Amino acid sequence: METIAKSSDRMIVNMGPSHPVTHGTLHIVLELEGEIIVKATPNIGYLHRGVEKLGENLTYQQFIPLTDRLNYCSSLMNNVGYTVAVEKLLGIQDPPRSQVLRVLCSELARIGDHLVCIGINAVDIGAFTAFLYLFRERETIYDLFEMMAGQRLHSSFTRIGGLFRDIPPEFEPLCEQFLESCPRTVDEMESLLTHNPIWADRTKGVGSITPDNAINWGYTGPCLRAAGVPQDLRKAQPYLGYETYEFDIPVGTTGDVYDRYLVRTEEIRQSLRIVRQCLDRLKQLGPGPVIIEDYKIALPPKEKVYTRMESLIHHFKLIMHGIEMPVGEVYSATEAANGELGFYLVSHGAKSPYRIHVRPPCYPIFSSFDEQVRGRIIADAVSVLGGMNVIAGELDR
Amino acid sequence: MVIERIEAQLPGAILERHAFRGDETIIVAGTRFLEVVDLIFGEGYQLLLDVTAVDLEAPDYRFEVVYHWLNLASQARLRIKVPVAEGASQPSLVSRFKSADWAEREVFDLFGIPFEGHPNLTRLLMWEDFPGHPLRKDFPLDGGDLFCSQDIGASFAPEARSLNA
Amino acid sequence: MAAINLDDSVMTTRLDSVVNWARKNSLWPLPFGTACCAIEFMSMMASRYDFSRFGAEALRFSPRQSDMLLVLGTVTNKQAPVLRQIYAQMAEPKWVVAVGVCASSGGMYRTYATLQGIDRVVPVDVYVPGCPPRPETMIYGVMELQKQISRESLSARKEHIERFYQSMARQEELQRAKGLTSYQVVREMVLEAGAAGGQKIW
Repeated sequence: METIAKSSDRMIVNMGPSHPVTHGTLHIVLELEGEIIVKATPNIGYLHRGVEKLGENLTYQQFIPLTDRLNYCSSLMNNVGYTVAVEKLLGIQDPPRSQVLRVLCSELARIGDHLVCIGINAVDIGAFTAFLYLFRERETIYDLFEMMAGQRLHSSFTRIGGLFRDIPPEFEPLCEQFLESCPRTVDEMESLLTHNPIWADRTKGVGSITPDNAINWGYTGPCLRAAGVPQDLRKAQPYLGYETYEFDIPVGTTGDVYDRYLVRTEEIRQSLRIVRQCLDRLKQLGPGPVIIEDYKIALPPKEKVYTRMESLIHHFKLIMHGIEMPVGEVYSATEAANGELGFYLVSHGAKSPYRIHVRPPCYPIFSSFDEQVRGRIIADAVSVLGGMNVIAGELDR
Repeated sequence: MVIERIEAQLPGAILERHAFRGDETIIVAGTRFLEVVDLIFGEGYQLLLDVTAVDLEAPDYRFEVVYHWLNLASQARLRIKVPVAEGASQPSLVSRFKSADWAEREVFDLFGIPFEGHPNLTRLLMWEDFPGHPLRKDFPLDGGDLFCSQDIGASFAPEARSLNA
Repeated sequence: MAAINLDDSVMTTRLDSVVNWARKNSLWPLPFGTACCAIEFMSMMASRYDFSRFGAEALRFSPRQSDMLLVLGTVTNKQAPVLRQIYAQMAEPKWVVAVGVCASSGGMYRTYATLQGIDRVVPVDVYVPGCPPRPETMIYGVMELQKQISRESLSARKEHIERFYQSMARQEELQRAKGLTSYQVVREMVLEAGAAGGQKIW
């Protein structure tokens, strides 16, 4: 929609850093002429907690809880991404059961993130009911995480070399129940939103972007796929055995907020497919170790620590001196809910990383906000912000 | 493959190359950097994922600015590192890659490395008059806050020692 | 003429009790959501935990219209003057609940960028620990606040709010005198207080 601004008085309005739509602490300075945005300057850093510097003083294992709190809507994916990076640095592979479980919990976290994103996007635009329906499903996901890891939101479930523990027997029935109820809820949500003329008016044509421009801006994830580029690290550079699962990647056409919503909805369905395949595969694999049995990297089980001298020494060395890391640097990326979550680790052989850098997926996406909303009205800024799924924890670290 | 092409067409640009755990890295001098970037852009490395820096405190150059690229066609990744001395500046890539905009501002904010040609080189994560550059190795973790670095659990009794002391 | 039995329609009480009863059962929260605790707050507002049972359905994002400031998540040094501004704009009676360990004490982030507890910059009534606290824990925290409110007296203006406004005046004075941004001024006030051992700047 193009409108020509006739008036020449410009008003500067602050959107945030304390504002509704619970997006965390984002601050955008809008220069308006009437209702039309002439310039939008995002001002970030209100949640910069110093995670990267703190990582230089913690051991590799101690950094795992900090990764939880990056993209807090899908904490497990950050855990998985980070431990995959450390395992790449070490050159080890976690056992097969752990790989399947990591895929399972990543996909559950992805579903959870998309549920929140769509729910909050809807609430911003005024559709409150979708949020309540979607949050019911998210509560079931929280129950599943609590069963697996002991905590609803920040699970810190993975360890270097595998997982904290195996899933309990109550997990599978609840997961099966979730696999039945979630598609029904997503259908209900779609019946509220997809063919709703108000939703279409607010989101179609808003925030569209061409594929080349999206690549130039550094977009990855659902926003890039909505623009028409079929880039998904799970298919393009598979990790954790993703090449053995059957799933499709939804790709949009115009990249506007409506396409992003459709891509996310379809990704929820595809993730449900993957979860189904994971459950079947767990039955096939049968019981097994979920953490590597190299006690120079992973803690030995408590029975061994209390009964064998060697295991006690390994435990002591791991806790006091950390893992012995090779000297080198790696960049490892996984497909998080928002896009490519990269971890750049520089190790000088010490027990803490020399430098740890997190490449957040929503960082370049949010940097393009000005270009996306220039010339549009304020209401479109709200839709675009929701469609980008900017999580301040990962943006500012 | 692309590294061979760089070596062929721009001899002397690559100072060092190594591969570790499947990651290809080349170290390029700051003066030849833009030529190398133009070449790889033509080779398909059009997604600049990230710009960051490492404070090495090495004798001849202090920082290394690290760039990560992804080639969407071949799914190959490339890491280019440029050594930068204390106080020296680095050419900005904003005119070619819009994703460099905020990434370079962040490196400027947290390390103090200026980027020539950046349209808006201001602090991004910290506030404008924040003293110092946090991710440098000589900047303390607690930012000079005595209270922050005390061990709170040990301060109940007045005569209790701090466990970190 | 028949006598009217007033026992059923009139009760005697103290003014304090009635007003406190009304206030504690209609706490309108201002969710100052910064990080992960805001997601647990969203769960608390959704159907399973249903915070609106406590009269808190009306989420007012304007400080002028709310009475309980729920600080949900990490407050960084850059966010501290914003938090002070929001608290200053709230009309009395007002209460602050620090939800989560990041708001209560800085949490796991002992760094240059994180404020080590919001009680350094604003007065806090209830601290709810947890990372993030479960919705039940947050509800328990609000119930503790309700108990506190029922014990308040109406007559005296609270001394801590008075001290807070004095510290706001000091902050503005320093901003004018030194020409710094509010972020740097608040940070300097916090560092000064920390070095003196006092920690609170209000």
